[in-house]
Amino acid sequence: MAEIQLKSLAHSYSATPTGAEDYAIRQLDHVWEKGGAYALLGPSGCGKSTMLNIISGLLAPSEGDVLFDGRRVNELSPRERNIAQVFQFPVIYDSMTVFDNLAFPLKNNKVPTSQIKARVHEIAEVLEIGDKLYKKAKNLTADEKQKVSMGRGLVREDVSAILFDEPLTVIDPQLKWKLRRKLKQIHEKFDITMVYVTHDQLEASTFADKIAVMYGGQIVQFGTPTELFERPNHTFVGFFIGSPGMNLIPVERRPEGVMFNGVFVPLEAWQNNLLQRVKSDNLKIGIRPEFIEISESPSDDSLEASVLDVEDLGTYKIVTVEVGGQKLKVRQSEDFHSDVGASVHLLFPKQWLMLYVDEFLIKEQQ
Amino acid sequence: MKQTRSKNIGITIYIVLLLTPIYWLLNMSFKTNQEILSGLTLWPENFTFANYATIFTDPSWYNGYLNSMLYVSINVVITLLVALPAAYAFSRYKFVGDKHLFFWLLSNRMAPPAVFLLPFFQLYSSIGLFDTHIAVALAHCLFNVPLAVWILEGFMSGVPREYDEMAYIDGYSFPKFFVKIFLPMIRSGIGVTAFFAFMFSWVELLLARTLTSVDAQPIAAIMTRTVGASGIDWGVLAAAGVLTIIPGILVIWFVRNHVATGFALGRV
Amino acid sequence: MVKIPNNRAWWLVLPVFLLVAFSALVPLMTVVNYSVQDIFGPGQAYYVGTEWFKEVLTNERLQDSLMRQFLFSGAVLMIQIPLGIGIALMMPKSGMKASLVLILLAIPLLIPWNVVGTIWQIFGRGDIGLFGWALNSMGFDYNYTGDTVDAWFTVLLMDVWHWTPLVALLCYSGLRAIPEAFYQAAEIDRASKWAVFRYIQLPRLKNVLIIAVLLRFMDSFMIYTEPFVLTGGGPGSSTTFLSQTLTTMAIGQFDLGRAAAFSLIYFLIVLLISWLFFTAITHADKEK
Repeated sequence: MAEIQLKSLAHSYSATPTGAEDYAIRQLDHVWEKGGAYALLGPSGCGKSTMLNIISGLLAPSEGDVLFDGRRVNELSPRERNIAQVFQFPVIYDSMTVFDNLAFPLKNNKVPTSQIKARVHEIAEVLEIGDKLYKKAKNLTADEKQKVSMGRGLVREDVSAILFDEPLTVIDPQLKWKLRRKLKQIHEKFDITMVYVTHDQLEASTFADKIAVMYGGQIVQFGTPTELFERPNHTFVGFFIGSPGMNLIPVERRPEGVMFNGVFVPLEAWQNNLLQRVKSDNLKIGIRPEFIEISESPSDDSLEASVLDVEDLGTYKIVTVEVGGQKLKVRQSEDFHSDVGASVHLLFPKQWLMLYVDEFLIKEQQ
Repeated sequence: MKQTRSKNIGITIYIVLLLTPIYWLLNMSFKTNQEILSGLTLWPENFTFANYATIFTDPSWYNGYLNSMLYVSINVVITLLVALPAAYAFSRYKFVGDKHLFFWLLSNRMAPPAVFLLPFFQLYSSIGLFDTHIAVALAHCLFNVPLAVWILEGFMSGVPREYDEMAYIDGYSFPKFFVKIFLPMIRSGIGVTAFFAFMFSWVELLLARTLTSVDAQPIAAIMTRTVGASGIDWGVLAAAGVLTIIPGILVIWFVRNHVATGFALGRV
Repeated sequence: MVKIPNNRAWWLVLPVFLLVAFSALVPLMTVVNYSVQDIFGPGQAYYVGTEWFKEVLTNERLQDSLMRQFLFSGAVLMIQIPLGIGIALMMPKSGMKASLVLILLAIPLLIPWNVVGTIWQIFGRGDIGLFGWALNSMGFDYNYTGDTVDAWFTVLLMDVWHWTPLVALLCYSGLRAIPEAFYQAAEIDRASKWAVFRYIQLPRLKNVLIIAVLLRFMDSFMIYTEPFVLTGGGPGSSTTFLSQTLTTMAIGQFDLGRAAAFSLIYFLIVLLISWLFFTAITHADKEK
């Protein structure tokens, strides 16, 4: 087990990068603490697999350092880093039995036979492939093969960390949920540092204590699922996390608040203070659909809007409204009723109204 | 990195060893007979094109090359023309006797040419094809066609039948589908097949020599005959040998990309 | 793939069937016909039944030649298969270098077989050949035309030179088909180089190796031109293999009946052994 630190890491697949767009990872500093269960969340092509391969040593970073417990490991191979990694698609040794597959990493590490046997059985039980141990791995179904792949990652007790690269892609949804729980249990049981790469926020939040959201080769926020939801540090996090994502509206600076298309939105005093001090005109306000309140009658700070659409999603409804030429999504309970075209009044509770300058959140100063 | 370097050294040594005998032939082809026989020199000291000039000015020499090229080309064309539809049938359909037929075809690849020597001679003589290019081309089909069917069947099985069905739905007739859609999809298979057909026909001598006497005689046979008749003219022999290597190099150059990826896909 | 029953597919196979039947069945009938007759000249033939077969099976010259043939083919497989795999493992994976190596490697395969013989005939000579000269000047008493062991060594070396590239090319394409993820997983699992070869590369080379073994067996078992040009089968008959024995019998001595019987036995041996190889390799896999 180890603490994994990335220091001003950058990576480009081109030998002579000419600009920022040539980099898969840009100037990134991060620490994965010992024994944590982490998720690395981001859209395809954001550099998350690249980062995973850099941590495991399959890829050498073009710039910056990788430290394991403070020791620089840039030049070390995965073998020397003693790390486990599970890939997106099942990789099995198809001439071997399931047992031999699971035992393979242990045999390579010269673990005593009796110990191998006990450990393989333990892991096979956890993954529920105990009855298939003596079958040829070649004859398994796709998700059994992926379980074997995962088992090979989990079987070693002494690893620095286990890295998962979207390991549940080929698994069907029901089993996915079960396996995620399994991984979580395994983490609680063995207390190993785990980094789990995914583009699925649900997968990330059920597995991980803390999630790192990656965007454009950088980690834009690192926090608990609640933090990501309530205080998205970057407009991308707001947009990517939650379903539907955060409402983001480009605005202009005004005294006491901001304005878009003739609609004035008042802000908290500290937000106004900070706003007057920054130069950039790239300003946005953001509010989650869950936090917008709708009422039939106007009140002091309410904004008038018209209903464009009401979508019934079974246990709740998503209402699309228009205000000042901007479409906003609002989440309402099942018993909300409104006709399309009706006029309603929106309220933005101040504690949930986020202000973004140059796409990053303006936070209250400590 | 260290591993890559030792691999590079290993493969370089192997290639050098592989090329040394060929270099020696090339070296000799630029020497005069006097220099060849008077002692060992690592490169030609009296560099001469005379040996090549002999070959290019004497019709009995250069006709040999033309003959070889001609029957090899005919063979490759016939092989592909008959093997393509057959391989398609084997890869797509079940029909009476299909498995037996397939194994019988393959068993012909296992027939030693020496076995067929005499019967071939009599067969082609009796139908008046003796000493023609077509006779050699047909005889070489004996081992090339089974191999071609086998290789192509492997490639075609790799193309899902959904493509065939889609084409019919889109209103393609079978010949149009086959030529316009199907063949382009297995072109590396066709490349590998043509390569093998060329190779086995170009290098074969036993049948080619037996079925010809003058008009269609292959270069390989002319080489052996010349050695026997006029003592051994080493320089000309070497030059003739070098010239037989060149067509092969051209062919491998054309299919080099297919050879790397193609062999395994089509089983061969 | 599920195949559709359709007897009209015969039309597609018909050209191949006719062509191969013409080139194979007619001559084969002729051979069978000869094998049961004693032929003195045109129109003068007598039915002799299985006489020739009995004669051939007990003929010592043929038995010797058969033994030599087995020894040679066995040696060819033992050397070329492992060597070919080794070379394939050393070849660069991509880029210009890979193309270059590929082309250079394939050159011996595309040289007419008699020229292969000629190249080695020259190369091995003590007076004008680099190889023979080098061995002699290193103090070896090497002379492939006079010494049986030297002749065998040279014929074998020539065949290794000539055909190992085929094995290497087949294995190389097999190796290229292995996805990179397998090597990554093995690296993560801390597999040794040997384990990578044994558990990843070798299992995935199985199909191409079956082809390589079959092709190399068949072709080495039928070898004729190269040793004929190089040693003429000598010294004595120490490098006279089956095809040469047969050719001498049929064309040199015009001993048609005996040659025909011999041909059929020869053909059957090749078929039988190829079949044995094929079933042995494919069955070993099914049983597990």
